Amino acid sequence: MYRYDEFDERFVRDRVRQFRSQVERRLDGSLSDDEFKPLRLKNGLYLQLHAYMLRVAVPYGTLDSRQLRQLALIAEKYDKGYAHFTTRQNLQYNWPKLKDVPDILDLLADVEMHAIQTSGNCIRNVTSDQFAGVAKDEVEDPRVTAELIRQWSSLHPEFVWLPRKFKIAVTGAEHDRAAIKVHDIGIRILRHAETNEVGYEIVVGGGLGRTPMIGKVVRSFLPKAELLAYLEAILRVYNAEGRRDNKFKARVKILVHETGEEEFRARVEAEYAKLNGPTVNAPEGEVERIAAYFAPPAYETLPERSQALETARASDPALDRFVEQNGFAHKVPGYIALTVSLKGIGEVPGDMTDAQMRAFADIAERYSKDELRVTHSQNLVLPHVKQDDVPEVFAALKANGLATANAGLITDIIACPGLDYCALATAKSIPIAQAISKTFADDDRQREIGELPIKISGCINACGHHHVGAIGILGLEKSGVENYQITVGGDASENAALGERVGPGIDADQVPGAVEALVSVYLRERQGSERFVDTVRRAGLDPFKAGFQAFVSGAGQEAAE
Amino acid sequence: MAEAKVNKKGPKFPVILVANDLLDGEVVFAAKDGGWTPEPGKAAVADDADAAAELEARGQAEFKANRIVDPYLVEVRIAENGMPVATHFREALRQKGPTVHPDMGKQAEYDVPA
Ligand code: SF4
Repeated sequence: MYRYDEFDERFVRDRVRQFRSQVERRLDGSLSDDEFKPLRLKNGLYLQLHAYMLRVAVPYGTLDSRQLRQLALIAEKYDKGYAHFTTRQNLQYNWPKLKDVPDILDLLADVEMHAIQTSGNCIRNVTSDQFAGVAKDEVEDPRVTAELIRQWSSLHPEFVWLPRKFKIAVTGAEHDRAAIKVHDIGIRILRHAETNEVGYEIVVGGGLGRTPMIGKVVRSFLPKAELLAYLEAILRVYNAEGRRDNKFKARVKILVHETGEEEFRARVEAEYAKLNGPTVNAPEGEVERIAAYFAPPAYETLPERSQALETARASDPALDRFVEQNGFAHKVPGYIALTVSLKGIGEVPGDMTDAQMRAFADIAERYSKDELRVTHSQNLVLPHVKQDDVPEVFAALKANGLATANAGLITDIIACPGLDYCALATAKSIPIAQAISKTFADDDRQREIGELPIKISGCINACGHHHVGAIGILGLEKSGVENYQITVGGDASENAALGERVGPGIDADQVPGAVEALVSVYLRERQGSERFVDTVRRAGLDPFKAGFQAFVSGAGQEAAE
Repeated sequence: MAEAKVNKKGPKFPVILVANDLLDGEVVFAAKDGGWTPEPGKAAVADDADAAAELEARGQAEFKANRIVDPYLVEVRIAENGMPVATHFREALRQKGPTVHPDMGKQAEYDVPA
């Protein structure tokens, strides 16, 4: 795990002190609302529908047990006993009071955490693969790169007021679990086809929201040492040419789109040629210093498979099912990574109580080298569990309501806070997820359906990533009622694709039925081991449109009867 | 962030004035007896343009005095029990709290519109 040096420590403490004085000045009236708003946003503090909301950064989704316990303490003392994990691997408190926020930030600083770069038009907290350092298909741990970018971006004087927010994701694996193609910049660590040298593929201009786009490769191979200077060139082009006149056209994806891929690439390369690389790029020693923090933990030498676990699985079907569904192959023999679902049937996706956080911190400390991860699909991961320990871990998770075996299945739904909390929402999102989850609660049925990521957003901003859901659901307002648009075929992986509409928008209470109808089409049409998204790709949109239309007409019929 | 959900021609009456308390962020309403109340049932109801303008002026003054933020008018109807109920679903939800947590927000503490 990365540890703060003196500089990081001082920087974060200074920011807390500064914000404390800003809050005091706001409360005594020496700062107006207009003056204060950008300052609070710079510290992750929003004003939502019912209360303030504080967004805490979880850099590249990595936490230790001490940090999770502190997050639990804050949830208990300053919130209503729970917190919410987001699609950007961050954590949100829904009910903090303004006067308490400086104290909360101090508590965060005590465990090397903060709310910086979680809001505003800056380079946001960098996200990554939840199986970083663990996955077998990984070239290199992406968190070293992510941390390097964090250090470069946190205080970069040029990029404090960008035209719009800027999100960067990094993956080190072949299979993209960090959705790099739908980020402003996506970075993939790879080996050069001929020289075997490790470097980066740089993708620019992806994004969701009002105008969803898949990113374009601007450099297919960038030598590792050149990363920061190259990113600086991209950011410079964007900072100078990105549109500040229109909020809806201000993201880099629009610039890439309007400029054209070729021309954008040429401008970046021209800017890059002008830059004095060595003064921007991190010195080798610094990269090594960072890399040392992410050195693998001390693993035991173990056989590939644990006899104890096999025996336990043979006699306990629930354990067997859990390992089958939520287990992820670890690169070290005898170990396994476990996805811990925050999507129990009918629960609020991504929510966790303070008691669960504490229990989970204990489990991570005892069984996972004191480390845990947050996934962009609003789940947690125990990255380093000894296979021998899995039966005990499963029992401990079960005792705390954390053993739902649905990772990647139809009830493992991403849902943004939507109208239940969010001031920008046009419709509710969480209750839709809950209703679908209950509809598909049956384990056998879920298993039969297989991998099917459903993603729900409560407005066009797409925090719930609906465009890249195999089934995507977007909540809008139509003539004073909530209305939901359904898409199929979206994919956030290396085969990134945007979903397409299957028909007109429908009412909230029709959504579970519509999902049933789409699933029936899939089960009827699928060939071999095709996943839902594969079937959409092969069979095309038409059968899904027809199934959806038949459902909508049928539902209309019933209502009329 | 939150913008008035009032149509451009001006609101349909009756209306209430809603805002957030600066200090704790809680949703508050301009109260019948002056000041601000967190209780939806105690909101002052304006039946015409003059009364609404008075509420808005109160909101602006209190905004400048750093007591509340984001004040705006919300269209309501009066329920049988006399309570003002927001006609738009977003505002109705703000009067109650998150639907996914009936144990939280106003619905857990006060009489709220059905
Ligand atoms: S998608 Fe819209 S409703 Fe959902 S969290 Fe983002 S801004 Fe709020």
